[in-house]
This record gives sequence, C-alpha cells and structure tokens, in this order.
Amino acid sequence: MPEKQQENSNIILDCQGISKSFGGTRALKDVTFRVKKGQVHALLGENGAGKSTLMKIIIGLYKADKGEVFFEGKPYHVNGPAEAIRAGISMIHQELNTEPYLSIAESIFLNREDVHGKFPFLDKKETNRKAAELLRQFDFNLSPKILMEELTLAQSQMIEIIKAVSCNARLVIMDEPTSSLDSEETERLFRTIRSLQAQGVTIIYISHRMEEIFQVCDSYSVFRDGQFVNSGELAEVTTGDLISMMVGRKVESVFPKVDCEIGEVVFKVEGLTGKGFQDISFEVHRGEILGLSGLVGSGRSETMRAIFGMDPLTSGKIYLEGKEITIKNPREAISKGIAMINEDRKNFGLCLFRSLRENISLPNLRTLHKGALINQNKEKIEVKDIATQLRVKTASIEADAFSLSGGNQQKVVLSKWLMSKPKVLIMDEPTRGVDVGAKSEIHALMSKFAAEGMAIIVVSSELPEIIGMSDRILIYHEGRLNGEIAREEILNGSADQETILAKEFGE
Amino acid sequence: MENVKEKKILGMDQHELSLFMKRYGIVFIMVGMFLILSISSPNFLKINNITNVFSTVALNGVLAMGMVFVITAGGIDLSIGSMLALASTTIGIVLQATGNIPLSCVAAVLICTVFGLLNGVLIAKFNMFPFVVTLASQLVIRGLGYVISGGYSFALANPKFSRIGLGKLWNVIPYPILILFGITILAYILLHQTKFGRYIYAVGGNINAATASGVNVFWTRVGSFIISGFCAGVAGIIMTARINAAQPNIGVGYETDAIAACVIGGTSFAGGISTIPGTLVGIIIIGLIYNGMNLLGISSYWQTICKGLLIIGAVMLDTIINKKR
Repeated sequence: MPEKQQENSNIILDCQGISKSFGGTRALKDVTFRVKKGQVHALLGENGAGKSTLMKIIIGLYKADKGEVFFEGKPYHVNGPAEAIRAGISMIHQELNTEPYLSIAESIFLNREDVHGKFPFLDKKETNRKAAELLRQFDFNLSPKILMEELTLAQSQMIEIIKAVSCNARLVIMDEPTSSLDSEETERLFRTIRSLQAQGVTIIYISHRMEEIFQVCDSYSVFRDGQFVNSGELAEVTTGDLISMMVGRKVESVFPKVDCEIGEVVFKVEGLTGKGFQDISFEVHRGEILGLSGLVGSGRSETMRAIFGMDPLTSGKIYLEGKEITIKNPREAISKGIAMINEDRKNFGLCLFRSLRENISLPNLRTLHKGALINQNKEKIEVKDIATQLRVKTASIEADAFSLSGGNQQKVVLSKWLMSKPKVLIMDEPTRGVDVGAKSEIHALMSKFAAEGMAIIVVSSELPEIIGMSDRILIYHEGRLNGEIAREEILNGSADQETILAKEFGE
Repeated sequence: MENVKEKKILGMDQHELSLFMKRYGIVFIMVGMFLILSISSPNFLKINNITNVFSTVALNGVLAMGMVFVITAGGIDLSIGSMLALASTTIGIVLQATGNIPLSCVAAVLICTVFGLLNGVLIAKFNMFPFVVTLASQLVIRGLGYVISGGYSFALANPKFSRIGLGKLWNVIPYPILILFGITILAYILLHQTKFGRYIYAVGGNINAATASGVNVFWTRVGSFIISGFCAGVAGIIMTARINAAQPNIGVGYETDAIAACVIGGTSFAGGISTIPGTLVGIIIIGLIYNGMNLLGISSYWQTICKGLLIIGAVMLDTIINKKR
C-alpha cells in the first residue's frame, strides 16, 4: 500500500484517455501517457504517430477532444503556451522561435521585465544582472547584452532552456533538440540535461536518434498510429525492441500496385550533393515506381527539390534518357519532361484563390497556344478531360481550388502535372492530408501511369505506402543512402517494415 | 462521407454567391449612383456632362489599367504620379526642339516605360519591397523632370498637339475616351487571354506555386511594372495635351486615384485577384463621385474625404467577401 502511494506521488505528468481528431483523421486514440518525476523520458514513434499532437495538447496549442491531464497530481487545463509556462511546463521546439533583435537578457525575461518601483520604466540593469547570474549558473560565458541573432542555434537553444528554468519549469519538453547540433554541442546539451535532472526537473525527450536516447534517457513510451503501445525502463530493452514496437502493424493490402513491365533507365543521378544530402546516386526505369524512405529531415525531399531546380546542387550529375542535363530552375525541369508534386500543397502546389482550370493549365500553357493568345476552348476541353479522368469532385472547373477538400486538391495538383505528360514524375508525400478514399485512387493512378511508361519517384513518410507501391525502395539516413530493398525481398518476406525502419535509424 | 458531400455542395453555393457578388456587386453600386445622380441633378444626364465625366475619367483610367497589373502580381507602383510630370517635360523638350508630335509622344512613353522596367528589375531582382522602391523612385523621376525642364513650366502653343487632349472624334467622342477604350481592350486581352496574364495571376496568387509550376517569376513581375510605366506615359500625353503645357509639378497624388479605382473594382491587395471590367467600373465610380459632388455643389475638400471613406469601404467589402482566413 505505501509503495503504491509512493508511486503515484512520483508521477509528475499523467495523461489519461486522450483523443484528438483533425477533420476526419484521428491523430490520437485514447492515449495514456505517464512520466515519473525527475526522469528523462523518451517519447518514441514513427512520423505521424501522434507524439507532437500530444505535446501540443500538453502545452495548450491544441485542445483534446476527450481525456484528462494531471500535472503534479492536480487537474491541469491550459489555453496556450503562456499558461503552460506559468503552470510549470515549458517546451523547447525543434524550430526555435526567438526574437532576433532582443538581447539575451531581454529574451529570457520577455513578458516578465523588471521595472523601477511602481513606474512602467524598464530596469535594464536589474534584468541584465539576473540574466548574468542565470548564465553563470549554466556555465555559459556570454554577456547578457548580446543580441539573439548573433547566437548559434545551439546557443539560442540553451537560452530557451535557461528561460524555461528561470520560469520555474518542473517539466521541460524537448522536441528533437539535437537535430541541428554537432556532436560537441550535443554533448553540452546532455550535460545540461543531467544538471537539470539533478535539480529535480523532469524532461520529455523526443528524438529519432536511438543512441542518444540510450545515452541520456531513463524511461520510454512508444506511440504508434495515434495510440499508446508500451512504456518502461530503457535498461530493460534494446534498440531492436523499440523499433518493433514502433512498427508493429501489418501491411494493409489497400495499395493496389499493379506490376507492369519495367523498361530501360529513364532517369539517373550520380553523386548528388546539396544542402541536407550527400553523394546520392540512383536510377529509375521506365514503368518503375522508386520509393524513397527515411525519417523527416533525412534529405529525401531536399534531394527532390534540388533535382527539380528549386534548390541549388553543389555537385553531382543528372541524366535524362542517357543524356546529361543541368537544371537551374523548375521551368527547365518541366521543359525537359520532369514534373514534381511538392509535399507542401498549399505553398507550392496551388493558387488557392484561382480556379481549377487556371491551376491545372498553369504549367501547360505553352501547349495551349493559338498565336499570342491562350486557346481557351482547347484549354477548357483538356482541363475537363484530365479532371474527369482523375475523378476530381467539383461542381465546375471554374470553382476556386480553395473550395475543394484536401484529397480533391491533391488530385488537382496531380492533374496539372499529368496533363504535361512528364517522363519522370516526382511525388513528394503524394497522399499527405488526403482521406482514405482519395488515397487509394491516387495509388491506383500511380500504378496506371507507371504502366503507361512513366518513371515515378515517390517520397513518403508512410512505410506501408512505400512498401505497398514501390518496385524498389531506397532508404535515407542523415542525408545519405543507407540501403536498397527490392520488391521481391518484401514479397518473399526477407525484408519488411522493421528492416526499413532499422536502416532509417542508421543500423 | 455523406456529411462531407453536403458541406461541399453548401460550400459551392457560398462560393457561387460570393463569385456573383464579387462580379456584379460593384456594378449595382455604379448603376445606383447613376440613378441617384440622374434624379437629384437635372444636369447629370446631359450629353455634355456625360462626355465630361468620361474625359476626366480617361486619365485616371489609363493609369489604373497599368496599376491593376502591378497590384494583381502582388506589387504596388507609387511612382506613376511623377511619371506624368516626367512625360510632360519630355514632350515639352522634344516638341520644342523638333516640332514632331509623334516623336515627342513616343519619347514620353519610352522614358516612362524604361523607369517601369527599372522599378521592376530592382524589385524582382533584389527582392525589395515594391512600396519602398517606388516611393524612392518617384523622387528620382520627379527630380529628373525638374532637371530636364530647368524647373520651369512652359506653354506648348501647339494647337495640333492639344487636340489629343481636347479634340473630339466626329465632334462627339473626346479622344482621351478613345485612348482609354483602346488601352482597356489591350489590357483585357493581355490579362485575360494571354500566357503572360495567367502568369500575373499565378505570381500574385501564390509566388511559390508559380515558381514550382515553371513560371518565369522575374519577368512576370518586371512585366507588370513595365506595363504600369507604359500606361503612365500614355496618361502623361493626355494630361500634357489637356493643359497644353509642359509642367514638372503635375501629377501629384494621381497614384492614389489609380489604386482606388483598382481596389473599388475588386482588385485584391493580397494579389492574384482582379478583372479588367471590374477595374473599368471602379474608374467610372470614381469619376461619378467627383462629378456628382461637383453637380451637387459639394466642396472639393469634402470630395477628398468622401473618396477616402469610399476606398476604406471598398477594401472592407473586399475582405468581407473574400474572407481569406
């Protein structure tokens, strides 16, 4: 009995039965999540497992549809990060949002500025003094007057942590804190984490890097598809155990990949290097679907953007149908027969407030000309054709793209690129934010266009999609290719999701 | 699933309603103003007054037809007022030196177009804010007008040239109206029927998506400023001919009326949304405001206030109808 009581008082954060949906998709299903006081707790899961959603609920950015949260044994309700900080929970985001033109001291004490007595005039001396003290406490040799913009990413991250502690945070959430740190900076961060732990601060540590997790964390929880899978002490498990917990599901047969004849090499890259990826070489054949797998930020999308001319390449060669080509911008890529569906539909896919017709014909206007003018009849006919072929559900091709559902918007993006009949089609997260029905339609289309002789490159964070659709899978790990798996290996069972995920984690 | 479908149909209805309001709402306002003015002022419907309305409208109209390209592509051009002055002094110099009317007109249009090109290159190449670039270039352009004229205004004393601004075709239709008519048709074809026009909408609507769709964003943005400069040059010819003098101090504040006409005509300041017919209606509404208030004996001070309020009202209407977020 006393043992049980002690265990309860030991739990600092207790989330019970949390559910959350966005539109039709369930991000969290009846999730239970407990963290013991004074521990560094690793939160693990694939992309889209629901880790970030839960953390955003905890700091008040989202509201849970169902469920209760208890913090330090008391019911906990907050509306936004500011209230969460006051309650004792701070989050260090992966993308830091700092005010570049504030000094370190101003940044730490933003919203809690010192004033002279009762007057609303800032007492900068006092603020600087307190900031200097905090910096000393953390062995941080910087003047509190330095501007935030002059700091490195690791330094600004440290300032965020100091700020959290100075707000009396008892629980600090760190989302991929080492993703942009070098090994020395990482080591420093770990020292800070341990000293926080010694002061009694609890930490939730979200990361994809297994070695770090075993190095710095005490316990873990694993999420999968919005559900809680398991938790326990890290001392009792291996990396392999954690990976199989993260994957754990069967490949559903919703991916109607139709096998077709695979022809000659259409597209080939050699030694591509750019920001976020190094020495990438691969080839794609006519009729082939090549899947690129890897964790978010592992360099897959970055490579595709560079191939399509949206970001610069520092070195490497690109061959199309055997001839070496150079691509300086998307215009050149398109004119050579390469099309790309961007992962960010809203920013790079559509002009939301223009009609379907204009969106679909935008990259194809050069083929719709009659003298100097656009042949509007031909345009209407061809747009209608492709939209019907792809079963875009809309009242009229004159409707704004804005008025369509996510799945239909994605079909509009597909239409615009398929109308140009590309030789190589790059699809970056082609079914992100798309409902199940439209998703399988898009998969069917991919098979169809591959069968017609297109070479398709798919980037997806959904392993079942990659496994179900690809003839060949290339796996990225931290900017480099870390293995290749053929469809036969999947079919004969010699490779599966675990094999892929292990490679994604650098095994 | 069913639920989703219903919502979508409702969404379409709303969309169609807002499309209808966006297309025709402003026309109702124009017709309403016509009716009110014909009832309240017996002089309004007289041929003389109507042609007067349109010929005062022509100058602002030509400017607005250029401005609409810039705003649709996501920019703004504050330099067109001073381009009027530069065009005027250029015409004065060339006309005095050569006496050649076509040559002086071409020179005026050319110099304004070149400054449009410069505006555009600065903005698109170096990614500077259009507001700031054209705010600064307007000083350069007006200054240049003063420099080449030596700071003086001078009468042109060329009755043939002044006919461009004051003459009438068959003694009925003033030439400026014909010029506005021609420019409007050109603008309509360019914006609504060519690749370039489509690119203007794409760049203003979503510059990233336009780049990713292979649109040459640089030349599209530059092109919008070239058109604005060209139109300012043409408007400069009309203005100089009407006053029959070369003046380096004219055209102050004309960009305001041009911007107002675009906005009243349904051009979104966020870019990507506009129509040429809408802009024309916006131009006429502004003309009616001036003319109506003149006929009703309202002082020009109040006219300025009313115009300001109307722009605010139009922008508010635009945000309510579009409700982007």
